Amino acid sequence: MKREKNKRRELSLDRRTFLKGAALGLAGTALPLDKADASFWETFFQKHFREMNDTEIKKVLQRLEKEAEQKYKKAIKIGNEKAMPGVLFGYGLDLSRCIGCRRCVYACVDENNQSKDPQIHWITVLRFKKGEKFSDLEESEKYYNPPQVPEKEYFYMPVQCQQCENPPCVRSCPTQATWKDPDGIVVIDYNWCIGCRYCMAACPYGARHFNWSEPGRKPEEINPNTHYLGNRPRYKGVVEKCTFCIQRTRNGRYPACVEACPVGARKFGNLLDPNSEMRYLIEHKRVFRLKEALNTNPKFYYFFAYGR
Amino acid sequence: MSDKKRHLLVMLASFFLLPFFFSLAEAAEQDIPKKFFVPPPPFTPGIFPCSQCHQGMPVNRKPRKLEQMHQDIVLKHMPDGWCFDCHNPDNRDKLRLANGKLVSFEESYYLCGQCHGTVFRDWKVGLHGKRTGMWNGEKQYLLCVHCHWPHEPVFKSIRPLPPPMKPSDIK
Repeated sequence: MKREKNKRRELSLDRRTFLKGAALGLAGTALPLDKADASFWETFFQKHFREMNDTEIKKVLQRLEKEAEQKYKKAIKIGNEKAMPGVLFGYGLDLSRCIGCRRCVYACVDENNQSKDPQIHWITVLRFKKGEKFSDLEESEKYYNPPQVPEKEYFYMPVQCQQCENPPCVRSCPTQATWKDPDGIVVIDYNWCIGCRYCMAACPYGARHFNWSEPGRKPEEINPNTHYLGNRPRYKGVVEKCTFCIQRTRNGRYPACVEACPVGARKFGNLLDPNSEMRYLIEHKRVFRLKEALNTNPKFYYFFAYGR
Repeated sequence: MSDKKRHLLVMLASFFLLPFFFSLAEAAEQDIPKKFFVPPPPFTPGIFPCSQCHQGMPVNRKPRKLEQMHQDIVLKHMPDGWCFDCHNPDNRDKLRLANGKLVSFEESYYLCGQCHGTVFRDWKVGLHGKRTGMWNGEKQYLLCVHCHWPHEPVFKSIRPLPPPMKPSDIK
């Protein structure tokens, strides 16, 4: 009797068991067994970044550094500096000073290893006619190219990731590949991003950019000082964006765009430090944030230092 | 409480509070840090120290058009301006404030701050002008004259870097 029952169980394949087996079988065919080296399997079974402990992260960083070195034939350091306690980063941009020269755009590309072909810029400088409504970004011009800037009848507004306190991109991500770190920087794990681009649709500022193909950048142009959540080499099919130069600012340095601006329109500091220049400008100058009505609560403050 | 007692109390309180008021006054004085971390002033090579030529030269204080030296300097800063509004006739290696105090070229911000007070205030806290270095540590300031040529201080227009690629240009 017992034997008969067992036999029946062997024969009759219930739905759950069948699906399990099918999934395993499919996975087996999908994984190319010929390149099943250790690195491949480690990538495949990598845990979520925030669930890994320090030794696991260290192992991952070593693996990624090795892969990057093989790819670019040069040593690339991938760091994992944690957010400093008591720090909330804020950014200020003086619209009464910006001359629209785009020095920040290209300083950012050089620092953060963006793809040059196809082109990815994390900063977009918008040009508006003076006296026109500029809360409507659709009215702006981003391909302006006069022989000299500033032009008399225009003003300029650079837009990049606003590092929202209430980021819609983070909520829209189905895999939790993007999140807000304790110092307020919204970061992306490029190994966890599946490239669905929901976050790009959710972002009201157009700050997120997609790698439509393998990022094109010559090895000699690669900045070897990188951060896991920032400017490390990216892959085809992942989303990237401004991280306030996480690899610099978590070591106390100013972001690259701040140091590149020839008119000193860009300001950066700790919003929790009452003596920082950010706090001073918020308390003393005319300040606004982009699309405030959307309740995204950006930490990117546009201000007017000149003329009150 | 009698009047005498109250009097004594006020005296005692002021005795203890006096050092506090002094320290407040001191803090106000220290509001202007004595030195900012600035790179050297952008002199034309070989022009400094000024005394290498001006030493022993008779001083002509009369406003006039310069014909032998410094002809390239066309003063477009303020109407009826003249060299000795800022430069010191007796010791050329220094600048002179309106109150007669001499400042070095490394501290020329005090000179500019005499008229441009609001900008000077913003510059001191780090709002006007460019800062490099550490957001939580040592910052490098720039002097006013690094961006504004003092004889014609309007910021010069520059060529913008190329615009981003249009989607229609991507093959």
